[in-house]
Amino acid sequence: MRTWLERQRYVVDFTLSSLARRKGKNLALLAVYALVVFSLASVLFFAHALRHESRAVLRDAPELLVQRVVAGRHDLLPQAWVATVAGIRGVSGARGRLWGYYFDPPSRANYTVMVPERFWGAKGQLVIGAGVARARGAAPGDQFPLKAADGTYLTLVVREVIPAESELVSADLLLVGEEDFRTLFDVAPGTFTDVAVSVRNAKEVQTVAGKVTRLLPSARPITRSEIVRTYDSILDWRSGLVVVVLAGALLAFVIVAWDKASGLSAEEKREIGILKAIGWETSDVLLMKVWEGAVVSLAAFAVGVLGAYAHVFLGDVALLAPVLRGWSTLYPAFRLVPSVDPYQVATLFFLTVVPYTVATVVPCWRAATIDPDSVMRT
Amino acid sequence: MIELRNVRKVFNEGRPDELTAVDGVSLAIAPRTVTVLRGPSGSGKTSLLSLIGAMARPTSGRIVVDGREITSLPERFLTDVRRRTFGFVFQQGNLVRGVTTLENVMLPAYPLGEPRPALLARARGLLEMLDLGHRLRSRAEWLSGGEAQRAAIARALVNAPKVIIADEPTAHLDTKLTREFMEIVARLKAEGKTIVIASHDPIVCDDPVVDRAVGMRDGRLDGDGA
Amino acid sequence: MILHPGVLALLAGSLLVSALLVASAWNGLVILRRWDLSSGSAVQLALERRTYLVSTIVGYVLAFELVSLFLYVYTADALAPMFTGAMCAAGTLAANGWGYPVLVLRLANFVLAGLWLVVNRADTLGHDYPLVRPKYALLLALAPLVLAEAVLQARFFLALEPEVITSCCGSLFSRGGPSAVGAGLAALPAAPLGVALYATAGAAGGAGAALGRWGRGGAGVALAVLLGVAAALALVAGLAALVTWVSPYVYELPTHRCPFCLLQAEYGWIGYPLYGTLLGGAVCGMGAGVLVPARRVPSLAAAVPALQRRLAIAAAALFGLFAALVSWKVLASHLAA
Repeated sequence: MRTWLERQRYVVDFTLSSLARRKGKNLALLAVYALVVFSLASVLFFAHALRHESRAVLRDAPELLVQRVVAGRHDLLPQAWVATVAGIRGVSGARGRLWGYYFDPPSRANYTVMVPERFWGAKGQLVIGAGVARARGAAPGDQFPLKAADGTYLTLVVREVIPAESELVSADLLLVGEEDFRTLFDVAPGTFTDVAVSVRNAKEVQTVAGKVTRLLPSARPITRSEIVRTYDSILDWRSGLVVVVLAGALLAFVIVAWDKASGLSAEEKREIGILKAIGWETSDVLLMKVWEGAVVSLAAFAVGVLGAYAHVFLGDVALLAPVLRGWSTLYPAFRLVPSVDPYQVATLFFLTVVPYTVATVVPCWRAATIDPDSVMRT
Repeated sequence: MIELRNVRKVFNEGRPDELTAVDGVSLAIAPRTVTVLRGPSGSGKTSLLSLIGAMARPTSGRIVVDGREITSLPERFLTDVRRRTFGFVFQQGNLVRGVTTLENVMLPAYPLGEPRPALLARARGLLEMLDLGHRLRSRAEWLSGGEAQRAAIARALVNAPKVIIADEPTAHLDTKLTREFMEIVARLKAEGKTIVIASHDPIVCDDPVVDRAVGMRDGRLDGDGA
Repeated sequence: MILHPGVLALLAGSLLVSALLVASAWNGLVILRRWDLSSGSAVQLALERRTYLVSTIVGYVLAFELVSLFLYVYTADALAPMFTGAMCAAGTLAANGWGYPVLVLRLANFVLAGLWLVVNRADTLGHDYPLVRPKYALLLALAPLVLAEAVLQARFFLALEPEVITSCCGSLFSRGGPSAVGAGLAALPAAPLGVALYATAGAAGGAGAALGRWGRGGAGVALAVLLGVAAALALVAGLAALVTWVSPYVYELPTHRCPFCLLQAEYGWIGYPLYGTLLGGAVCGMGAGVLVPARRVPSLAAAVPALQRRLAIAAAALFGLFAALVSWKVLASHLAA
């Protein structure tokens, strides 16, 4: 056992010095390798962080939403529906919600207008999200005109701006009181956009949804788990898409690795020949090559992962944002909560180190099987 | 000590560029002797040396080293026998560039996993014995021709082998250094080592320490000379 | 198809590794046909060189199988939210008919690769490559299995449809549940399985310790055979018992019988040491058993018993650790009170 350890130490020693002797070539490979790891890691970390955020946000969302569908489209629903849903067994609460979209020509953006459960402003006041404040240059106390459904202008006063920390969900939000909402959009009293339903027992949600459909045939129930799943799917699909695109880069990297491993310089061949001649066996040289691969992989992996971490969590994902966020003129400026999953790191490892190892195994073996007497014959 | 029986070595067998480097050589090398293989380049000296030194396997024939037949030993065991029995000195020293002299000397012992302090002491001792004590930390490429050759000898001795094999060791050395080399050979012989040298240098072949000189031509031995 | 990075990693990895192994098996075939140790010809030398490549590759395959076993479970776990009714990997794997067979194949391939490496190690101890034929015959058996695993895994992932309603471990591993294997496992009474776990692990550990101390001569052969058989039985009993008997103690919930949740952070990742020691002990024990015929080979007469003893001691230690971990989890659980 002791011998085995000493042997590893000696071989690692020699491997490191041998890598250092060919700094240029090895640094170039390391850079490419690290870049590949960096790209993949950025995608995975970003998607994971977004998933984490969306889960956190959706945790407080109602278990079930009920919408009314008319001619295949989402329509307003009457007060009676809220009462019907509230009466279903298993439902601990049902609340009619008011929300909609407002297109703002000056900033060419869509705002989400919503009446929160308890609006803390007075009539004539509104609370805006940080993104809106930026787009319209509005600050607390300013006037905020909105074009109502009947063509007239409804001017509300900005009471406060929602703090930037929650920008991911609130960037484009306008919170108003119920009366102002109904005036703005010409929504009759006693009608609501949808019903937010809380169900006590999570396992009952599907059953309640079924009951809703039976009692209200033109209703469309949406469960929270479906929303979560949809977000997950989109994030997975998009990050998977990027990974597939990066497959081209990965392939190029693998070819570079293979080429470098097989293209031994005359100096390297001489060195290995000397080692074989003075008593190193094929398995000893193979061990050296394996350690070489391990050192390079570990270094590139560390640099790539750390770089990606910095990129995603400290640098706001500057390079990947457009792909994963989709179309929107209002980009929330937010800081993602750093959260990394060991599973992700394992996936990364698989996507990078495995192809590298597979590409280099045959060239390494070829190098290790150089004839011991090759040095004598030159 | 080492016995070759009708040994043949053929390269590229069955192909148009087939080459018989060693053609039916039978040779016995006694322990504690100095044997010189004489002959022009292309005579098969180098191939014969690599067969004697357990670096390659013969295409046919038998080789016995220290009473043990090594003809069909797989590479793993052949290398093990070689490590413990033979030490090699090559034409140009052939030290690893970029590595210190001391480390170069220790290299052959790395795969054996010996504790480092013992190995260091032994390597240092060998280098001092060969007057290289002041060059321990120098990089191998900064050594002069004679120093490199002596470092190569130290490297060959680090695993305490019974046999030293040298392939044209004095090809790049001047007369003075060649004589110094032969003095070292005499010292090693006195210590009980067996030495086999391949050389066409007359200073080597005619040196009194040589017990036997064997001529080689076209892969065959052409008669003895004492 | 679900374009999840974990899925892509597994598919790509499996594809690469099985391609390598099939190429190695082809090499193995060439080696088997043209091997002639007494010849010093260039062909023979090239074949001997090839053996280094093959053993390096199988070593990598073993490492890959081990890591990807956990990656497979983890990916299934990560995909669970996409299936109604699935709450962990158990549900994802049950979503179509390929999920569990792939898992079983993965386990089998890990064990086989481990055994191959043991045989390879023994082969290198003899100076005339004595085990070349059995070794490469085993490789010819291993390669198609790894290929099958890659293919079935691909079919599994390609056939996954997110809206499919599947079951969670609660119903999969309970009587009357939808999965035949799961229900079968659950139908086995839990307590006797616990006894079986201790009995087999104890037998294997005991045989291992005995072989380690007194492994010479005829007794050594008998002990090695006993160890091999006991290790194999312990693997099966251990896995079954982990699912039905041990896991409820870990989760502190009698109805929660799941082999995968053990690997989660909330249970202290206890699954890793449990499965690790069980698998490791099984490979070492079965390896010692598999080497028994090799004792008769003259060039290995001295070396193989020594190797078997080392494997036996390792197996004893690992099974001992496994039993200790299981006991700790069961006794320290609030369910035990």
